[in-house]
Amino acid sequence: MRDTITPGISAGRGAAVALAGLEKSYERVGAVNGVSLDIRSGEFLTLLGPSGSGKTTTLMMIAGFETPTKGDIAIDGTSVVAMPPHKRNIGMVFQNYALFPHLTVAENIGFPLKQRGVPKVERTKLVGEALELVHLPGYGGRYPRQLSGGQQQRVALARAIVFQPRLLLMDEPLGALDKQLRENLQLEMRRLHADLGITFIYVTHDQEEALTMSDRIAVMNEGLVAQVGSPEDLYDRPTSRFVAGFIGESNFLPATVRAMENDVVVAECQGATIRALCPSGQASGDKVTLTTRPERLRFADTLNGSAETYNRIAVTVTEAVFAGERCRYMLQAADGTVIVLKEPSSAAIRRRAVGERAEIAWSVADTILV
Amino acid sequence: MSELAQSPGRLAPALSMDSRRIVPILLVAPLVIYMVVLYALPVASMLLRSVDEPTWSLDHYRDLMSDTVFFNTLVNTLYTAVIVTFGSLVLGYPVALALVRTKKMAPVILVIVLLPFWTSVLVRSYAWMVLLGRHGLINEALLSSGLIERPLRLLNTPLAVYIGMIHILLPYMILPVANALRQIDPSLARAASGLGSPPWKTFLQVTLPLSVPGVAAGALLVFVLSLGFYITPAMLGGPRDITLSMLIANQVDQLNWAYAACLSAVLLATALIIIVACRRLPGIGNAFKMSAR
Repeated sequence: MRDTITPGISAGRGAAVALAGLEKSYERVGAVNGVSLDIRSGEFLTLLGPSGSGKTTTLMMIAGFETPTKGDIAIDGTSVVAMPPHKRNIGMVFQNYALFPHLTVAENIGFPLKQRGVPKVERTKLVGEALELVHLPGYGGRYPRQLSGGQQQRVALARAIVFQPRLLLMDEPLGALDKQLRENLQLEMRRLHADLGITFIYVTHDQEEALTMSDRIAVMNEGLVAQVGSPEDLYDRPTSRFVAGFIGESNFLPATVRAMENDVVVAECQGATIRALCPSGQASGDKVTLTTRPERLRFADTLNGSAETYNRIAVTVTEAVFAGERCRYMLQAADGTVIVLKEPSSAAIRRRAVGERAEIAWSVADTILV
Repeated sequence: MSELAQSPGRLAPALSMDSRRIVPILLVAPLVIYMVVLYALPVASMLLRSVDEPTWSLDHYRDLMSDTVFFNTLVNTLYTAVIVTFGSLVLGYPVALALVRTKKMAPVILVIVLLPFWTSVLVRSYAWMVLLGRHGLINEALLSSGLIERPLRLLNTPLAVYIGMIHILLPYMILPVANALRQIDPSLARAASGLGSPPWKTFLQVTLPLSVPGVAAGALLVFVLSLGFYITPAMLGGPRDITLSMLIANQVDQLNWAYAACLSAVLLATALIIIVACRRLPGIGNAFKMSAR
């Protein structure tokens, strides 16, 4: 099926988008305060951030629904800031689908083709192909209100790609759907992205969605890009406390720098000596924050490792929750800092009791200075 | 009552079940009584006169069929209603659009739209007489500017009737249309423009079709109200611009009650047929729900 459809739908490769010093001042929330970002041809880039971080505003400026106060947007090297949205040739999927209620599914999908003067016969053929691509063949005669939320979203997707745009923008397209459906559609969007080869820019506040779908993620906060990178980059090597806290769960430990050993910083933390990865140099005596993921911590007595590759500190168990596939412990360090530890559950591992004193250990590679 | 006081826990639910049914009835009762006594009964007795005076027969209706005065008046009434409805739509739609699309100006526009509501029909009709008269403001202005040499005949023409009626009925068009436009999801226009539709095409392909229920509701209101207009056509129209309600008044003046009752029945039936027909039309029937919201 894929072989017969792909030639019709995906002719061009994806567009490259360059945002340069993009700003949008607002009195209400959602201002953008200087976003510079290079989006590569054919990549799946996600703008991830809490509400009000400016991610939707950024997307709306790319689409042309908002005019930047400052800065430039270039698509394939051509500035589009002065171009009205109907001339930008960008596919867009809205959070509420925005299907035309007075048109049938086929007329909705044919809408962008009609605007481009595609003859009726050709239009019918392309609409049929697009419906097959989103697994809704035979639904052309229905009205949007006769479809479920997931089906409506597929129609919106078909409408956004049927005219073969080189760039597809999506504004929280799965936000209104339930979990099961969301996961199915996530996979389908990945597949579509691979099939079409066009550039996807995806906006979401759901970090799990961003991690599973994207080639790269731009984490936004207060109108700025906090960090751009692959999902692994952001999860394993966050450069700021905001990113470490927003993507996944993180423990934060205050520490004092004692020495630098190449790109490893040696610091004093909870009375112990801790080693952490640190790309930038730190001076002895600096107060810093170390971060590490709960699932990468272990109780020291379950490990065999040298002090060189593992960091260790003493803690007291304050809460122990069995959650099936793993146990979740709340621990307290010497100075009262709360640490979360997630241990894969196994009948072979002894479960800790509240009040028990223990030593925890984790790899130096999993310790980041933010 | 004393029982209720003794065991409130057991009786209270039963009472609230009853009161749930009774309270709505009590709330509408005054109006229902008012409407039945002062509206439904007089209308019924009026209609009765068309068939039982002097004896039970449909003679008056049979006479009506061959009456050219009646026929011409009915056609003129319907024609006037069509023109006024169309004129209100053409003038009202852009105003409704402005009312919905602008933020700061909206309250000002709303006041201007509603202003006619707060002035008596009689006063406004007199005002149009002053403006449109042979020595009225418009003629004087045109004469002094040298555009015309003799005053135009404006007053006592069909045009004067249309102008006066449209002026009075515009709010009935603007408000339902604005209501329908406000219901349209703004992201639809964005979606259309993102999919390659320039603004004017977006209006024709998305906004206009989605506002049809409001247009239908407004047109129906204006049309039905136009059918029964009396003061404005009587004051601004010429001797030949007679509407059904003027004919009815004329017959009542001559104490020709049975004939007047016949005409009233025709007027009422015309309005009812149009309302029922519109409710049956798919898509437009919803307009009633929309304008009620």
